[in-house]
Amino acid sequence: MAVKATWDYRGEPKDTEDKFHGNQLVYVGWDQHLMFCAPHCVPLPPDMPFGALVKEVLPGMYDSHPDWSQIDWDRVEWLVDSKPFQPDMDKGLRDQGIGHKSVIRFRTPGLDGIAGAAS
Amino acid sequence: MSAKRMNLREKYQRMTRDLAWKPSYQSEDDIFPQAKYEGIIIHDWDKWEDPFRLTVDAYWKYQAEKERKLYAIIEAFAQNNAQLNVTDARYINSLKLFLTGVTPLEYAAHRGFAMSGRNFPGAGPQVSSQFQSIDELRHAQTQIHTISQYNKYFNGFHDWRHMHDRVWYLSVPKSFFDDAMSAGPFEFVTAISFSFEYVLTNLLFMPFMSGAAYNDDMATVTFGFSAQSDESRHMTLGLEVIKFMLEQDERNVPIVQKWIDKWFWRGYRLLALVSMMMDYMLPKRVMSWQEAWEMYFEENGGALFEDLARYGIRMPKYWEVSVKEKNRLSHEVWSIFYNYGHAAAIHTWLPDENEMAWLSEKYPETFDKYYRPRFDHWRKHHQEHGRWYNNTLPMLCQTCQIPMAFTEPDDPTQICYRSSEYKGMQYHFCSDGCKDIFDDEPEKFVQAWLPVHQIYQGNCGGASVPEVLEWYHLKHGQDNLEYLDSQDRANWLRWKGLTEQAEAVLQKAANE
Repeated sequence: MAVKATWDYRGEPKDTEDKFHGNQLVYVGWDQHLMFCAPHCVPLPPDMPFGALVKEVLPGMYDSHPDWSQIDWDRVEWLVDSKPFQPDMDKGLRDQGIGHKSVIRFRTPGLDGIAGAAS
Repeated sequence: MSAKRMNLREKYQRMTRDLAWKPSYQSEDDIFPQAKYEGIIIHDWDKWEDPFRLTVDAYWKYQAEKERKLYAIIEAFAQNNAQLNVTDARYINSLKLFLTGVTPLEYAAHRGFAMSGRNFPGAGPQVSSQFQSIDELRHAQTQIHTISQYNKYFNGFHDWRHMHDRVWYLSVPKSFFDDAMSAGPFEFVTAISFSFEYVLTNLLFMPFMSGAAYNDDMATVTFGFSAQSDESRHMTLGLEVIKFMLEQDERNVPIVQKWIDKWFWRGYRLLALVSMMMDYMLPKRVMSWQEAWEMYFEENGGALFEDLARYGIRMPKYWEVSVKEKNRLSHEVWSIFYNYGHAAAIHTWLPDENEMAWLSEKYPETFDKYYRPRFDHWRKHHQEHGRWYNNTLPMLCQTCQIPMAFTEPDDPTQICYRSSEYKGMQYHFCSDGCKDIFDDEPEKFVQAWLPVHQIYQGNCGGASVPEVLEWYHLKHGQDNLEYLDSQDRANWLRWKGLTEQAEAVLQKAANE
C-alpha cells in the first residue's frame, strides 16, 4: 500500500499540469551560482521555443549576477532531468522532452560564481 | 473515622487505571479502530509505566500555581516596558519566527495528543496523552500572552495564526505536524514524543530560551522556565513509549525503526530554521549551530542510540548527512531568507563585521571560503544599487517544503537534486532523506500544498509579490524587507533617543 491508512486511501495530486492555466512548471538551476539560493520554478507554455527561454526568461532570473554578461552560450552545458542535453533553440520545450516539472540545469565552464566560490 | 490517605501509587492506580473498564457489548476493535492498522502489536497495555504517576488533582494544583507566577511576571514585564531592554531590535525577529512557526505547533500538538489519548486502548497512555494535550494547549496560550507585549511595539506579529496557514516558509512547520497528525497514534507519538521531544527538543528549546536569556528577553525566559518541567515530563514519556513498543513484541522493531528514520529526518529539516536563528538572528549568540548539533545530537543522541541498541534499534538513517551538513546548514538557510526577504514576515540583514568574524571563527572550514564572498557581494550591491532580492520563486522540496537550497552531502558547491516518478508525474526532493519518505508513502505526499505551486495555480491572491503579501496579511514595506531600512529599526532608534538616525532610516525607506 502506498500509504498507511485504515482503508484503501488514494491521494489526489495537487500539482497536475491541468491546474496551471495552459502552462507547465519548469525548474531552472544555474550550477555553482548559489547566490541564487535554490533553483527557480516558473510556469511556461509547453510550446515556448528553447531559445525564448534563454533570451526572455533566464535574464530576468539571473542578470543581476556579475557572471551573467560573460556567459559564452556556445560553451554552456545543459542537463535536463539529470541527463546531458543538446537544446534545439527553435523547437518548443515539450517537443524536445522538457515536460511538466522537468528540471533544466546549466553549467557555465570557467564561470564559478562570485570570487570563484560557487556563489 | 477519617479515611486513610492513599499513597502515590494507590492514588495513581485509582485515578488512572481503575477508571478504565472492559467493554461488554461493543468490541475493542470497534471502540479503538486505529489501534492495530499501523502493525504495532501490544500484548499487555498494563505494562505501560508512567514514571511521574501523575494524577489530575496533582496536575491541576501544580500547573495553576505555575501559571499564576508566570502571568504575574508577564504583567510586571509590560508595566516596566521591558521590551526596551532586549539587546537589539533585530532580536525580535526570532520571536516573530517563534510565534508564527512554533506556537501554532503547540496548538497542533494539543490536538494530536487529544487524538492519541482517544485512540490508545490502554488507560496508562490515554491519561499521559491527555495531560500532554493540556500541557500543549497551555503552552500555546502562555506563548501568545508572553509575546503579545511585543506586538504592541514591533511589526510582523499581528496575524500569526493566519500566516501559519499561508506563508511559504511556515508551510514547513505546518506540514511537518500535519504529516504527524494524519498518521496513526503510534506513529504520532514516535514522531512527536520520541523523535522531536526526546531526540531533538534541546535543539529547539535551548536556542530560543537561552537565546532569550542572552538577549535580555525576560518575558520569553519566564515562559521557558514555566514550560521546562512539562518538557522534561514529555521527554520521559517519549522514551517510555519507544521502550514500551519495543518490549511488547519484536515484530515492532522494524516499524519503529522506520518511523525513527523518517521523523529524525523530518525534525532535522525543520530545525534548519533554528540553525539560522542561532547563527544569524541572535545579536548575542549562545553557541553555533555546529556546536549545538555536536553536543545535543552527536554526543547525547549517540549515547541514546547506543542504549537502544539492545532492542535492535540503530542510529536514524542519514544521521551522517546531518553531520556533513553541520558547517553549512545555517548559511544556506539564511541565504534563502535573504533572497526572499521581500516575501517574509521577518526582517533580514547581513551579518556585520564582528558577526562575520564570529562566523569565520565558528566555521573555519566553510565560512570564509563559501559564504563570506556572497555576503560581501550583497553588501556592496546594497550600498551601490539598493538591496538585492531574488525575483523568481524557488523550487521546493516535495516533502519538507523548504526551497531546494541544500547542497550535496560531499560537495558544498552543488545543489542536491533528487527525484522520483509516481503515476506518471515527477516529484523533487532536497535530499535522500526526503525522497525516501515520499517513496514510502507517495499517496500522502502527492497532496503536499506547496506554496510556490499554489501561487502559480492562482490560489494565493494574485501573481505579484504585493498581491501575495496581502493574501498573507503582511504589509509591504512594514513587515517584510531589509532590517536596516525598517520601521522596526527606526522606532528602536527613536526609543533609544537617536532621533536623527531614526529619521534617516525612514527617509531612505521612503525613497526606495
